[in-house]
Amino acid sequence: MKPTIGEHVFQAILVLSISLLCIATIYPFLHIASVSLSSPSEASRFGFHLYPREIDFFAWNQVLSQTKIWTGFGNSVFRTVVGTLLTLVAMSLCAYPLSRKYLPHRSFYTMIILFTMFFGGGIIPTYLLMKWLHLMNSVWVYVVPGLVPTFSMLVLRNFFMGIPTELEESAKIDGANDIRILFSIILPLSKPVLATLALWTAVGHWNSWFDAVLYITDQNKQVLQFFLREIVITNTDAETFGRTVVGNLKYAPAIKAATIMFAALPILIIYPFLQKYFVKGTMIGSLKG
Amino acid sequence: MSQTNSGIANIAQIENGSVAKKPPKWKHTWKEYKKNKYLFFMLIPVLVWYGIFHYGPMYGVQLAFKDFSPIKGIWGSDWIGMEHFKFLFYQSPDFARIFRNTILISLYNIIFGFPAPIILALMLNELRYKLFKRFAQSISYIPHFFSWVILSGIIVVMLSPSEGPVNYIIKLFGGEPIYFLADTDYFRPTLVVTSIWKEIGWGTIIYLAALSGIDPTLYEAATIDGANRWKRIRHITIPSILPVVSIMFILSLGGILNAGFDQIFNLYSPAVYEVADVIDTYVYRAGIQQSQFGLTTAVGLFKNVIGIMLVLGTNYVMKKMGQEGVL
Repeated sequence: MKPTIGEHVFQAILVLSISLLCIATIYPFLHIASVSLSSPSEASRFGFHLYPREIDFFAWNQVLSQTKIWTGFGNSVFRTVVGTLLTLVAMSLCAYPLSRKYLPHRSFYTMIILFTMFFGGGIIPTYLLMKWLHLMNSVWVYVVPGLVPTFSMLVLRNFFMGIPTELEESAKIDGANDIRILFSIILPLSKPVLATLALWTAVGHWNSWFDAVLYITDQNKQVLQFFLREIVITNTDAETFGRTVVGNLKYAPAIKAATIMFAALPILIIYPFLQKYFVKGTMIGSLKG
Repeated sequence: MSQTNSGIANIAQIENGSVAKKPPKWKHTWKEYKKNKYLFFMLIPVLVWYGIFHYGPMYGVQLAFKDFSPIKGIWGSDWIGMEHFKFLFYQSPDFARIFRNTILISLYNIIFGFPAPIILALMLNELRYKLFKRFAQSISYIPHFFSWVILSGIIVVMLSPSEGPVNYIIKLFGGEPIYFLADTDYFRPTLVVTSIWKEIGWGTIIYLAALSGIDPTLYEAATIDGANRWKRIRHITIPSILPVVSIMFILSLGGILNAGFDQIFNLYSPAVYEVADVIDTYVYRAGIQQSQFGLTTAVGLFKNVIGIMLVLGTNYVMKKMGQEGVL
């Protein structure tokens, strides 16, 4: 069937409105990127910034030469790498037993865990618990309290339940115990879903900031998002705005923009390559189990 | 397996006419546990973790009924019954405000934010240019992956009255600059629009999956019968995704007391507390910053109880509607 004129007009309207949405999505990132590379007068110019008209690297220099930015970066990388690895191990250790139908009292243990998804103590009792556990000002507060994300663990459990049992039965006859079966049979078969869950966890860790606000006062243990908040949102960062007052204040818009870009870059860089895994994961997660 | 075993045991009992032959139940259970000891080696550490980090805070919930003193600790503090709740409901100048703000912001998010990805998904579904469609999807997902700290930093610049492009456009059309983040009339709409901006693309995924499952022969048959585009959308597309839409809608009702802490906390300022302060932001300020632990634990408990009631209620409604529940 040949498209009619009406169809052409309709398609044109669709393309136009979806394009507008895409521009509205991507433009703010371009704007911040070009402001971060602009001279002070250009950075504070009222209007659109698609590309830097007067290039000035001072703001980036300023941001990248700050020790705290690198401290934050290091701590963020630490929590992302260590946190993701430990979460994968802990999730597997929890999901595998719960996925075995012959686990005694399986539904009881599942209920105990499921209950925590619907009811919790709330932020104040959690805060007092962290104090009591001496996790205040310890980098482990980034990793341990969120060790097992319950929803992701259930996604993994559902995946394990779908693996045919014949494989593990023959391994059992050969004398392998459950721990060996998990690590040498089940986990290698689950690589795609583990990759997706690792991505979710890693992005979550990179983006976390509230636990840092709550539990960490030691500047050497702060994460990048926390310093970003200080510099961009609460404007409480003395180092950035206080050092050479006149020189830096006029650079404030560019410095803020450069800090935002610095924190956004890791995700912007990996996104094009890993996009399909993120999307796949959503579909796994939407399966009811 | 265990059922058939006990069945056999029952028959044995009847035949022998005595109960003594049946091994005690705990012995059987103990055997099962021993047989699966490696599974428990794995599970027990995680259960202990759940005990500490999820059930531990629940122990602290008693503070909602206590006059907390740091010296006496959680257990040793004195019981004061419902005093905190009485204060909240009858005397607190803040509680009515934060409750109203939470509900209003959530409702606006549902009314305006909920249909947005559905409309976008329907539009993408009608597109003929598949390459453009994929490109547009990839672009629209981007803001979903950034924290509200980063996005707020960007939004503050975009909406700035003196530098931001949004106000630049308003001025081009002859308007006065708007202080979106400092004006009580504009703060809530700004929240709604920015959260749509963040999640509209990502939200389409589940609807597009439902749309791709529609049998194309339905459309062909409808076209032969003379149905135009709007009729096809109304009578085929929309009914096909309605089950997904209703599940998502009910789930969003269940989260009505979560107005979006990360977003509000990073965008608000004392100038707009009147319209922006929600339960979670209040708990943070009054609890953590001003150390009113008992009072804010009570607020948190109130929120949790309403939350669990909403989850159970929506689950009930889902099942009534013939959908699978979440529990």
